[in-house]
Amino acid sequence: MKILVVDDFSTMRRIVRNLLRDLGFNNIEEADDGNTALPMLRNGKFDFLVTDWNMPGMSGMELLQAVRADENLKHLPILMVTAEAKRDQIVAAAQAGVNGYVVKPFTAAVLKDKIEKIFERVE
Amino acid sequence: MSELNREDITEEVAEELKAHATGLKDALDQGNISDAMQRIAELGEVRDRSLYREVGRLTRSLHEALRNFEIKAENREQQEELSKMADASDRLDYVVQLTSRSANRTMDLVEDTMPVASNLREEANAIREDWGRLRRREMKPSEFRELYRRIDAFLDRIVSDSDRLHGNLSEILLAQDFQDLTGQVIQRVTSLVKEVEDHLVKLMVMASDVDRITGVVHEQEEGRQEDGVSSRGEGPQIDDSQQDVVSGQDEVDDLLSSLGF
Repeated sequence: MKILVVDDFSTMRRIVRNLLRDLGFNNIEEADDGNTALPMLRNGKFDFLVTDWNMPGMSGMELLQAVRADENLKHLPILMVTAEAKRDQIVAAAQAGVNGYVVKPFTAAVLKDKIEKIFERVE
Repeated sequence: MSELNREDITEEVAEELKAHATGLKDALDQGNISDAMQRIAELGEVRDRSLYREVGRLTRSLHEALRNFEIKAENREQQEELSKMADASDRLDYVVQLTSRSANRTMDLVEDTMPVASNLREEANAIREDWGRLRRREMKPSEFRELYRRIDAFLDRIVSDSDRLHGNLSEILLAQDFQDLTGQVIQRVTSLVKEVEDHLVKLMVMASDVDRITGVVHEQEEGRQEDGVSSRGEGPQIDDSQQDVVSGQDEVDDLLSSLGF
């Protein structure tokens, strides 16, 4: 299981990476925005994408749309982990095809739960 | 002070305008066209002069407002600290730096601590298993000697590892000292923003006075329509009591499940 974690703050990437490692995922790569993430996704055979929303360069929402529009990536499971907490935004993310939505601040249990749910549904 | 000035100026201008207007009416009544033209020119001059005066006052207030942006440090140490970061954005960068340094320091220590804790647990589990075999008398003497040696080593390790855990936890505690510093910096920037707002409001009032005196009418700009969800994002919501903001993960889950997720 190869996972890409996208967040503009290195501390948040590190927290997510640590939590994922605790859940038994060790093959994790990082990107600091959509512009960096998209080529990695296209070349890297990732199985799962965890992304923030609000980032400079390409935002998480734009990344989500780009992934869903890409013939080779459109089935990639995507979990959004973000401080964006408006109802309209959550609805928009769902409509754009996100597989899970976690609002910051979050707990390890919530992250675990959402990831497990996503893979239950995918499998 | 500026309030008084403004009233004085307005009154003075009104008096002058009145005097010239009366003069203009008289001149016209008497059919003295050149005098009337002169009066009209003087009316224009009064208008221009009051405009210059308002602009001058506006400029002075702007300077004053800008000068006031510099927050006064309370002691030498703070002065040095603040002179290093002359403006608010530098100060906020400093907050980002401090919090990031502290978050990374904390995570370094946590990453150092976690394997220590899990090694202790593994070794303790292994010894407990052997200990059980010993109590059930399933252990050969040679195995017992080995267990005896391991327990001895494990006790030593508990002492040194718990020292390390304790040390790391104390350092994690210390790494939270940023809160005090960032709190102070943020409070300063907040009060600066409030001050700037006050000054800007004053400037707005002055500018509208200039408009009033010169008779400038601005076209009302149409309020910008909110066009749905921005793909850029809006950042954290501070007030989660608002109708359109979820107050936590439970509400996100409810919302998503209502959408068939």
